[in-house]
Amino acid sequence: MLGKTAGGLYWMFRSLERAENTARLIEAGFRIALTRSTDTASEWRSVIVTSAAQAAYEANHDGYDSGQVVNFLLRDKTNPSSVYSVFKSARDNARLVRTALTTEVWSAINETWMLLADLLKRPIKETDLPDLLATIRQQSALVRGALHGTMLRNDIYDFCRIGTFVERMDNTARIVDVKYYALLPSPSYVGSRMDNVQWETILRSVSAHRSYRWATDDEFSAGSIANFLILDRRMPRSLSFCCSQVSSNLGYLAEEYGGRMACHDKADALMARLKDRDIDSIFEEGLHEFLTSVISDTASLGQQIEQDYRFNN
Amino acid sequence: MTSIEHFSEMQTPDGVRYPYAAYDGWFTSQDTARLSKKSREAEAFFRRTGITFNVYGQADAEERLIPFDLVPRIVSNKEWTKLAKGIDQRVRAINAFLHDIYNRQEILRAGVVPVELIAQNDAFLPQMIGFTPPGDVYTHIVGTDVVRTGEDDFFVLEDNARTPSGVSYMLENRETMLQMFPELFSKIKVQPVSDYPKNLRKSLAACAPKSCKGRPCVAVLTPGIHNSAYYEHSFLADQMGVELVEGHDLRVVDGHIAMRTTRGYKVIDVLYRRVDDAFLDPLTFDPSSMLGVPGIMDVYRAGNIAITNAPGTGVADDKAIYSYMPEIVEFYTGEKAILKNVETYRCSEPDALKYVLDNLADLVVKEVHGSGGYGMLVGPAASKRELADFTAKLKARPANYIAQPTLSLSTVPIFTKKGLAPRHVDLRPFALVSPNGVDITPGGLTRVALKAGSLVVNSSQGGGTKDTWVLED
Repeated sequence: MLGKTAGGLYWMFRSLERAENTARLIEAGFRIALTRSTDTASEWRSVIVTSAAQAAYEANHDGYDSGQVVNFLLRDKTNPSSVYSVFKSARDNARLVRTALTTEVWSAINETWMLLADLLKRPIKETDLPDLLATIRQQSALVRGALHGTMLRNDIYDFCRIGTFVERMDNTARIVDVKYYALLPSPSYVGSRMDNVQWETILRSVSAHRSYRWATDDEFSAGSIANFLILDRRMPRSLSFCCSQVSSNLGYLAEEYGGRMACHDKADALMARLKDRDIDSIFEEGLHEFLTSVISDTASLGQQIEQDYRFNN
Repeated sequence: MTSIEHFSEMQTPDGVRYPYAAYDGWFTSQDTARLSKKSREAEAFFRRTGITFNVYGQADAEERLIPFDLVPRIVSNKEWTKLAKGIDQRVRAINAFLHDIYNRQEILRAGVVPVELIAQNDAFLPQMIGFTPPGDVYTHIVGTDVVRTGEDDFFVLEDNARTPSGVSYMLENRETMLQMFPELFSKIKVQPVSDYPKNLRKSLAACAPKSCKGRPCVAVLTPGIHNSAYYEHSFLADQMGVELVEGHDLRVVDGHIAMRTTRGYKVIDVLYRRVDDAFLDPLTFDPSSMLGVPGIMDVYRAGNIAITNAPGTGVADDKAIYSYMPEIVEFYTGEKAILKNVETYRCSEPDALKYVLDNLADLVVKEVHGSGGYGMLVGPAASKRELADFTAKLKARPANYIAQPTLSLSTVPIFTKKGLAPRHVDLRPFALVSPNGVDITPGGLTRVALKAGSLVVNSSQGGGTKDTWVLED
């Protein structure tokens, strides 16, 4: 496979994952804005911070009005992380790697792009937002379903999956990091009121508020939520789960290509930081410090994969 | 202009012409509403599949669909056989001409083609002088544009010998028809076109250089996703099962061209390039181009890669050379040209220029190096102002233009809400050339002017396409 093709597949699926995560974040923000009267602006602000777009947002907007935030995250063409921009990028990458995709995967992403480009043409009315966000999730699931159902389990598939989980690991780590103060074991650490709303927001951002209750016997507690999002291997958006997926797909590549690369060592090192840990030791290490270094290690792993498999040169 | 009787390929005053008999029977039994629905389905199918082309300089209409008409254009086996023979002859002559021009130049010495036409031709590449491409093939893929004016009157409008596009439409149009109207194909026996990608691959592999050991590695070189024909490039690579590469995926490795793969560099033996000569090698041609591969011309001249179509092939298909094609065919094959040329006035010649200026309103004027329907004048449809503009252009740079009489192009019906309506068409059949011979796919791309009365069929000017059937008979 061409290095360029591997890169196109990897970025196509990173983009798709980012679009879906952005939609989930907006959903959480929207829900809070609807159900709480207090301080929705700071919730919207943390949504923007989580999506790593604070500087770009503040350059053009005063305040965190929900309409502005939603439009910025969904359809602003100047925001490279808006749902519009990342779907466009996913579809451009899909055209680039058209020959590596099955007809079904290609049609799914192409149809998705046509549908969303049309839906995102005009500003989104509040009444239309829930439907739109549901459509984004459904369309992402359609592309993923086509991938699972029709693609050969070869290196092409591996690069798609690696892109998906590198992006998801980054996204989950950011979401948790933005709210890390709410997840510290004792409020005295930052002096703020422990707040169920905050915890619920976090769980909602990764669509885990229901599964958390199914999966754990605990009442909402900081340690238990942090454990769920970071270390619980049953939770498909936890850091641990994402990292083990990246590791196993990289492992298949090593097998198929008959050799390990530098990225395999990086992935192992990242895995070691998450394996057989308990959440207390992470709190001891410092939750924020831990998350920041996971975000930076994830980025560095991504770059190493690009280099080892010659995405660019 | 007085209205001319155009030859209708379906209907004569005595009734439906033979090739359309079975189709006509089927069509009259169809419900128009159902066909309208099919027509919309076809459009949705094309859009979903991404069968689009890009229009340069139109940001909003970045990717457009070429309108598809669901009435096939039908040609009898007998008509096709003659046409194919004519194309075969012409394609062989073009290859012989290219070899001659870059080697002994006998045709120039014999005075059949004027020296200036080659010497002053931008498409002529001095780098190709004295070099013979692998397998002695220059133009591997040719798309010959043909129009029809009567029962037996086919004219060649243009020889696209450098990088003809449109073959993906030929294939997708057929796929669409097979999906929409399977019952038609069990009733009417149509020669298949679906072997084209397989034959293309075979034909390209047969042109591999001697340095190639084992199974030749073929790749398609595209300028990238913003090129107007990108869909076709990726479609062909996919159908042939070969890599689609861009210039930055390639580099010279140990005297060969190799592509960057996830496992390292892999040598390419045959490169089907869809990048123009000028952008092929920044070291040899345009130094500012990022589309090509630095050093590929040296690799080529060392005999370590086949480039298809060969660089410098364009010298055979500009519109000034076109006017000499009957002589060129005769010179190399020793036979009269089977397919006629359209009478062509070379404006570089003073007598011809005078005639053209005096009769501008009846003529079609084209730029010698133009393509895509840009920069041309259709006299009978032009306004006074356009005629005046072109008079000035012709006087300023006469050698830049040729002129041809407006032909009475045949019509083929298209499907409209009110039923069938005649529209003008042309046809681009595709020929593959390898050391083993010429292979012409039965069919081709029929382009149709969708506006009533219009003679311009180019997709960039609002033309559409339809499936082209060659009957088994």
